[in-house]
Amino acid sequence: MAVLSFIEAIHLAMKEEMERDEKVFILGEDVGKKGGVFKATQGLYEQFGEWRVLDTPLSESAIAGVAIGAAMVGMRPIAEMQFADFILPAVNQIVSEAAKIRYRSNNDWNCPIVVRAPYGGGIHGALYHSQSVEALFANTPGLKIVIPSTPYDAKGLLKASIRDEDPVLFFEHKRAYRLIKGEVPLDDYVIPIGKADVKREGDDITVITYGLCVNYALQAAERLQDDGISVHLLDLRTVYPLDKEAIIEAATRTGKVLLVTEDNKEGSVMSEVAAIIAEHCLFDLDAPIMRLAGPDVPAMPYAPTMERYFMISPEKIERAMRELAAF
Amino acid sequence: MTDLHHAELGLSDSDVLKMYETMLLARRLDERMWLLNRAGKIPFVISCQGHEAAQVGAAFALNPTRDYIAPYYRDMGVVLHFGMTPRELMLSAFAKAEDPNSGGRQMPGHFGYKKKRILTGSSPVATQVPHAVGVALAGRLQNQHYVSFVTLGEGSTNQGDFHEGANFAGVHKLPVIIMVENNQYAISVPIDKQLGGNVADRALGYGMHGESVDGKNPLAVYKVMKEAVDRALRGEGPSLIEAVTYRLTSHSSDDDDKYRSSEEVAQGKANDPLLLFGKYLVDANVATKETLEEMNGKVMEIVNDATEYAEKAPYAPPEHALKYVYWEGDE
Repeated sequence: MAVLSFIEAIHLAMKEEMERDEKVFILGEDVGKKGGVFKATQGLYEQFGEWRVLDTPLSESAIAGVAIGAAMVGMRPIAEMQFADFILPAVNQIVSEAAKIRYRSNNDWNCPIVVRAPYGGGIHGALYHSQSVEALFANTPGLKIVIPSTPYDAKGLLKASIRDEDPVLFFEHKRAYRLIKGEVPLDDYVIPIGKADVKREGDDITVITYGLCVNYALQAAERLQDDGISVHLLDLRTVYPLDKEAIIEAATRTGKVLLVTEDNKEGSVMSEVAAIIAEHCLFDLDAPIMRLAGPDVPAMPYAPTMERYFMISPEKIERAMRELAAF
Repeated sequence: MTDLHHAELGLSDSDVLKMYETMLLARRLDERMWLLNRAGKIPFVISCQGHEAAQVGAAFALNPTRDYIAPYYRDMGVVLHFGMTPRELMLSAFAKAEDPNSGGRQMPGHFGYKKKRILTGSSPVATQVPHAVGVALAGRLQNQHYVSFVTLGEGSTNQGDFHEGANFAGVHKLPVIIMVENNQYAISVPIDKQLGGNVADRALGYGMHGESVDGKNPLAVYKVMKEAVDRALRGEGPSLIEAVTYRLTSHSSDDDDKYRSSEEVAQGKANDPLLLFGKYLVDANVATKETLEEMNGKVMEIVNDATEYAEKAPYAPPEHALKYVYWEGDE
């Protein structure tokens, strides 16, 4: 065990997987000599050489498309999008190609790629370095979307994603990179994709969220505990396909559910979680499903006042929790 | 037809007869599919007619047990040379379960066959270009020596993926051959409204060899392809080949083709690559009109067999639509 930051855990997962399997390689902008704009791949170029940590042209659709081609003939590419906001030129490759390769070929071909991308705000990134893009992909069967919340989960889930037989989008909250630290085993382990995780047991209200918001919700839950309000916290970990069983179990447990996402509210991953709860748990609910999310504006502004207004915070979650508990 | 003689290219008489036979088989299968479509038996056809010389000439320069191909929807001649059988092509046309391309999931012309090194393709055009580049990169990473061959139409060279893929291949000097089958039309829009310049000239911007060739002549295409394969295997990087031809049918079975004059189409048909190459074989004393007729008879038997086989074959059961979204275990 060691205490690692979120980004160190991601780095370690890639390093270990590249040492374990020579078919694993990284491609993206600035991933090689520079070691990535966030330093996720630092030192890997020196360790594995320029071909396995490949600096590509500034060309997102080719980064995804070339990874897809290499994966089809047996490689295990990790394609890095420098910011999740810039994944959009690669959407056709991800949605029309990667997601459908197994299905359209009747299981003849498959496409085991990982697309890593830093998402999320609170870092003065303005409109185009702050977005949450998971909802754009979260109704595409054939894809898996993983969003870890802790260094431990990040390492285990990234290793599972690299070994997965199908395409995985792996979104990393960039504010978590250095802010969040935690115990991480230095040996090999994987965390199964598709399984949500109870991060805190409680009996009064249930909070369901993912990514950086898990950490914020844990802080808020601590504050409520002092007032005798017990919070049950479910971390989705995989936002597509959703772990329906775990969602139903968590919602039923307390009958009061708060869903939190940093993404714009309408049509977010949490809209689907709400639908699952409405379909399966209506008669177990003691309060209307509550959602806390970013406002429905195009993206978060640069000025700190407006950025803070957009962002989820422990305080906002705490207020929502208290309101729900009092219902 | 040509100043080229096959012997000068290292091709034997039986090689060129095989070339002709593959072109003829593609043509007759395609014609049969149109009949089946007009008879209401299959919903859709997208044609190779007019492209056979480019396709077969190019495919003959490749090695089907070594190289990978990422064909586009007209490439019946290419996939035939890579081992897809007439029965398999007809199974795809009828959308039957045994179709190796997709088990009846995709429209015809969406090729894919792992065992035959044919990458699976989709309908959005040019997405296959980065895939082919990725296949070449995988070869480089694993120290395997093969060529990655990808095709598309001239209209599709306006897509971002063509540019992104070609540039990536050029930067890393990867063994990719991009062949553009320029049939003068992107559905109804003629080439002068598609490209500001020429297809082959685009190679300059990617730092790769670019060459335009008569796509109606399989020997001419074979020659430039062979040179491209040799360059690729020597580590000299990618090539862009523009095979210029003419589309002899409408874009697809759903296109009325009213935007071209009948004179223009008649002119195209007078230069049908199949007729031209048949004449070449007779002039070169490789075949006679009679032996070509005999070959046609044999090909028609194959087409009849394939049609009958595919028509009788079963569809996938309805609930098979739920399978293979994700890995379901090794089968």
